[in-house]
Amino acid sequence: MGGMHGFGAVDRRPDEALFPEAWQGRVCALAGYAIGAGLANLDAFRHAVERMPADRYLADGYYGRWLYALETLAAERLVGDAAVERPEHVGSVVREIDREPRFAAGDAVRTWNRYPQGHTRLPGYARDRRGVIAEVHPACVYPDTNADDRGESPEYLYTVAFDSRELWGEEAEAAATVYIDLFEPYLEATG
Amino acid sequence: MTADHRHGSESPETRTEAIEALLVGKGLVKSAAVDALVERYEQDIGPLRGARVVAKAWTDPKFRARLLEDGMPAIRELGFGDNTDAHVARLVVKENTESVHNLVVCTLCSCYPWAVLGLPPAWYKSPAYRSRAVREPRRLLAELGLDLSPDVEVRVWDSSAEVRYMVLPQRPEGTDGLGAEELTDLVTRDSMIGVERLQRTG
Repeated sequence: MGGMHGFGAVDRRPDEALFPEAWQGRVCALAGYAIGAGLANLDAFRHAVERMPADRYLADGYYGRWLYALETLAAERLVGDAAVERPEHVGSVVREIDREPRFAAGDAVRTWNRYPQGHTRLPGYARDRRGVIAEVHPACVYPDTNADDRGESPEYLYTVAFDSRELWGEEAEAAATVYIDLFEPYLEATG
Repeated sequence: MTADHRHGSESPETRTEAIEALLVGKGLVKSAAVDALVERYEQDIGPLRGARVVAKAWTDPKFRARLLEDGMPAIRELGFGDNTDAHVARLVVKENTESVHNLVVCTLCSCYPWAVLGLPPAWYKSPAYRSRAVREPRRLLAELGLDLSPDVEVRVWDSSAEVRYMVLPQRPEGTDGLGAEELTDLVTRDSMIGVERLQRTG
């Protein structure tokens, strides 16, 4: 949603209940347990949320989206007597890989300009944009392949700094930098 | 938009009951565990953890250095960072100063540092916050009551992967004599997201 117009002011209310309606708390906990038990990995769950029709995405609210995603995944994966396998890893997404990171802090990079059908974690507002590597993180499970069960194929993760003007052009606010965590395949070196 | 029979037209309450019954029936979930987890979210896991981390960082320079170096091992020293949010790769803590203000958002979904702040507030998950925090952070902060000087650099952290961000707010003036408990009481959730700067009250 980064950069979109038309959503108005942020409605910050003090002392709001964590779960204003009881079903929201149950959906939150159900999703956590269902993911832990292997209904879907977290990336597949996020992708199920993203696959919602756009009007429902906005109308259903946060836990409404989780409910919708659980229904989608249950319909796709809990058919007949199909057994659900518990995931191998239940902990961190960090993985050891036997190659070095391609980039180091300070390197100039450009993001790729791709609009895949599947899941990705490169925000739309940061495609084909120039940035600078701010920090190199360990390799992590790559959501783009993990979300549709094509494997974890771990990739190095970087925090990339983007000047606000690079993202928003003339309308950008002064002295603002946006830092985005991006996987190595999204990035190419620039001269 | 096409009707999707999987999602029905019933109320969310009814749909939640149905999906819970299905997941329980398939052996993926136990209802008693759901009850317990909801209670835990509501009572145990909240921004008080983050406030304790901040108060400790204000009073213990070595801890502060470890926290800024690598957040997760540092919060474990205080007994936090249990299996809440176990998939997270790192916790990164960014320090506000006179010349830098940090702000945390997740434009793609609503990633949030559960281990220190609990579950996110509704406004953090709202389309308005998610869309505007990256494009016009100064205007957004001003609307929320925080007017930043043009001299202050704004750094927005879009939590687009499994790194989680927390802001270490500046310690307010005039709090030198306060103990850990009193300092903890000063720290608000919103200051650790970066939509507020702290002042001593009362």
